[in-house]
Amino acid sequence: MQELGKAESNSTRIIRQDDKRVIIEKDLDTEYMVLSMGPQHPSTHGVLRLECITDGEVVVEAEPYLGYLHRCFEKYCENVDYPGIVPYTDRMDYLAGMNSELAYCITVEKLLDIEIPRRVEFIRVIVSELNRIASHLVAIGTYGIDLGAFTPFLFCFRDREHIMNLLEWISGARMLYNYIWIGGLAYDVPADFKKRVAEFVTYFRPKAVELCKLLTENEIFVKRTYDIGIMPADVAINYGWSGPMLRGSGVKWDLRRNDPYSVYPELDFDVPVPDGKFSVVGDCLSRHLVRALEMEESLKIIEQCLDKMPEVQGFDSRALIPKKIRPKAGEVYGRAENPRGELGYYIVSDGKSTKPLRCKARSSCFVNLSAMKDLSKGQLIPDLVAIIGSIDIVLGEVDR
Amino acid sequence: MSSSPSLNTWSDALSGFSIGWFPLGLVIVAVIPLVFIALYALTYGVYGERKISAFMQDRLGPMEVGFWGILQTLADILKLLQKEDIVPTAADKFLFVIGPGILFVGSFLAFAVLPFGPAFIGADLNVGLFYAVGIVAIEVVGILAAGWGSNNKWALYGAVRSVAQIVSYEIPASIALLCAAMMAGTLSMQQITVMQAGPNGFMHWFLFNNPIAWLPFLIYFISSLAETNRAPFDIPEAESELVAGYFTEYSGMKFAVIFLAEYGSMFMVSAIISIAFLGGWTSPLPNIGGLELNTMTSGPAWGAFWIIMKGFFFIFVQMWLRWTLPRLRVDQLMYLCWKVLTPFALISFVLTAVWEIYR
Repeated sequence: MQELGKAESNSTRIIRQDDKRVIIEKDLDTEYMVLSMGPQHPSTHGVLRLECITDGEVVVEAEPYLGYLHRCFEKYCENVDYPGIVPYTDRMDYLAGMNSELAYCITVEKLLDIEIPRRVEFIRVIVSELNRIASHLVAIGTYGIDLGAFTPFLFCFRDREHIMNLLEWISGARMLYNYIWIGGLAYDVPADFKKRVAEFVTYFRPKAVELCKLLTENEIFVKRTYDIGIMPADVAINYGWSGPMLRGSGVKWDLRRNDPYSVYPELDFDVPVPDGKFSVVGDCLSRHLVRALEMEESLKIIEQCLDKMPEVQGFDSRALIPKKIRPKAGEVYGRAENPRGELGYYIVSDGKSTKPLRCKARSSCFVNLSAMKDLSKGQLIPDLVAIIGSIDIVLGEVDR
Repeated sequence: MSSSPSLNTWSDALSGFSIGWFPLGLVIVAVIPLVFIALYALTYGVYGERKISAFMQDRLGPMEVGFWGILQTLADILKLLQKEDIVPTAADKFLFVIGPGILFVGSFLAFAVLPFGPAFIGADLNVGLFYAVGIVAIEVVGILAAGWGSNNKWALYGAVRSVAQIVSYEIPASIALLCAAMMAGTLSMQQITVMQAGPNGFMHWFLFNNPIAWLPFLIYFISSLAETNRAPFDIPEAESELVAGYFTEYSGMKFAVIFLAEYGSMFMVSAIISIAFLGGWTSPLPNIGGLELNTMTSGPAWGAFWIIMKGFFFIFVQMWLRWTLPRLRVDQLMYLCWKVLTPFALISFVLTAVWEIYR
C-alpha cells in the first residue's frame, strides 16, 4: 500500500469537497490507499482500469487508464478500401453495430454525394433504432447489476434476444452485422419483416413498463442513484458530452433533431430530457431515465417507419453500391446519434486511392469517459460504481 | 410440553419404538435434523437458490446433472474437492486457512441450541437464545481473519465493511429477540417454544399473542438479512463493487466451506426467527371442534417437520428479496441500522415490557 499523504487532523467532517483533500472525521489520522480497479473488475464494463486513491471508502481521485482493448481502428482504415471498413465499425461499439455502420456509411455517402433509395433509408432507420433499444437494454440491465439487482439484467437480455433474432434473421449475424453498406444494404429485408417487427413492438411495450416497475421505481435503486454524480449542463458541454449523458444534464441535444440525417426529419418523436421532478438534473438517475424513455421513442420511430416504408417489388438494395469507391479529393465529417452519443467519422480522401488517406473516429464513450476524474472526486466506492455504470461505456469504442 | 398429545400419533409411536434396549425410534427422530442439516446445506440451499433465482428470471437453472439438475450441487462439490488448494504467496497463511474454519464453526455451533422438536435439542441451555446470538458473532472473527489474511485490498474492504455491519446489526437484532424472551420469560429455546404451543395452533405464537410483536419480528428479520450478509445488505461481498469481498482470494474447498457457512447461517437465523415469534416446532394448525388438527400434527417427527418448513419459508423470503432488490450503500446501511432499526427496536422493547406487565 502506497502512502500518499495524511489528511489534516484538526478539520471538521467534509465529504464532498471541491479540492482534492477529503477529510472524513475529526481528529482521525487516515492514510490514502491506491486501489486499482480493473481491468478485470466486474463493474468496469470491460477492460477499463481506474486507479483510485482512496481514503477509507471515499475515493479521493480516480483516474481512468485506457488502451486495453486498442485495436488500431484508424490505422486499419488506411489499409482497407472504403467498403472494407464497415465490418471494423461494427467492432467499435459492439452493442450498437448498426448505428456505427450507419454513421460511417452516411459519412462516405456524403463524400461521394449519392442519393439513397427511400426504402433503404427506412430500413436503415428501423434496424438502427432496434439496435438502439437493444443497446439501451444492455445499459439498463448492467446498471442494475452494478447496483446489485441481478434480475432486471436477465429480463433485459430476454427482451434483447428478440431484437438479436430479428437482426440475425435479416443480416445473418447477431452482433457484428455488416448489413448497412455504402450506397445501400447487404440484403433487402425478408418478406415478413414488417410483421415481425410490429409483433416485437407490441411485445416489448408492456415489458418496458415491467422493467420500469422492477428497477426504475425501486426505492433502493432511486436512493442509490439520486443526487449522485451530478454534471452541470455547462460543464457537460465543455467536456463535449453527447447523447443520453448530455440530455441527462438537461440539454435537449439530439443529432437526429439538431443535425438531421436519413429520414429522421419526417418522423415524429420526442427528445426526452429530465424535468427535475423525479431526479436531480444531471445525476445518475437522470441519465438512467433518459435511456429508459428513449426506448419508448425508438418504438415510436419504428412504428412510423413501418407505416411509411415503401413496398417495392423486386427491389435490389445493392443496385447503387459502386463496384470501386474512389471519391474525389477532399475531406468530410459525418456524424450520427449513437445510443451512447455522437459518433463521428472524419475521412480524408486523396482522390486517387480506393482507401481513405485518414479515417478518424470521434467516439462518444471516450469523450463521455473523460469527465470521470471530475465526477469521481470525493465519492464513495459504491457511488463510483454507480457513476461508471451511468456513463455506459463500451470499451470497444473507447479504445477503438 | 403443554400440548402434549396423549393420543398415540404416528410420530409418538415412532419415537417410542425400540428394539430391545436400543431406542431406534428416538435415534431416527434425533438423527433427522442432523441429516437434514447436511442435506439442506448441500442440496436445498444451493440448488434451491439456483432454481428459485432461475424461475424469477425466466430461466430454467441447472438442468443437466440428474433429473431437473437435482445432482448439480453434488457435481459442484466434487469439482471443488478436486481443485488445488491455493494459498496466495503474499497471504498470511495461518489467518487465511483458519478464517473459513472459524466462519463454519461459528455458523454451525448455533445449531446446538435449536430445538428441532420436543424430543430433540442438542443442548437445552438456559441461556440458549443468548448463546445463539453470541456464537454467531464469532463469524465476524472469521471474516476479519479471511479478509485480512488474504492480503488483498478488496478482501480487506469486504472484511472491514462486514465487521462494521454485523456488529451494528447485532444491536437491533438482539433487542428484538429480547422482546420475545420477555414474552416467554426465559432464554431457553425449548422453553420459548413450549410457551407458544397450544391447542389453537398459530394463535399461541408470540407474533399473534401481542399487538406489537410484529415490530420486533420485522426488525429481527431485516437485521438477520444484514447479519448473514444477504441482499439487499450484501455489501461485504458486493460483487459489483468489491469483486467478491472478503473471500476474493479463496478457491476450491475453502470457498465451499465459506459458502456452506453462509447457507448454514441463513437457516440458523430463519430457525431463530421462527422459534422466537412463530412457535418453532409447534404446529400452526388449530383444533377446530372435533377436528383435532393440532393434536394430529404434533409430536417429535412433526416438530422437526414444522421447524424445517418454517425455516425454509424464511430462506425462500431471503432468496426472493435477494433476486429482486438492488444493494444499499454502506452509509445507507448504517443509517438504517442506527437511526431506524435501533430506535424502533427500543420502542418495541418498552412497549412489550408495558404489555407484559399490564395485560
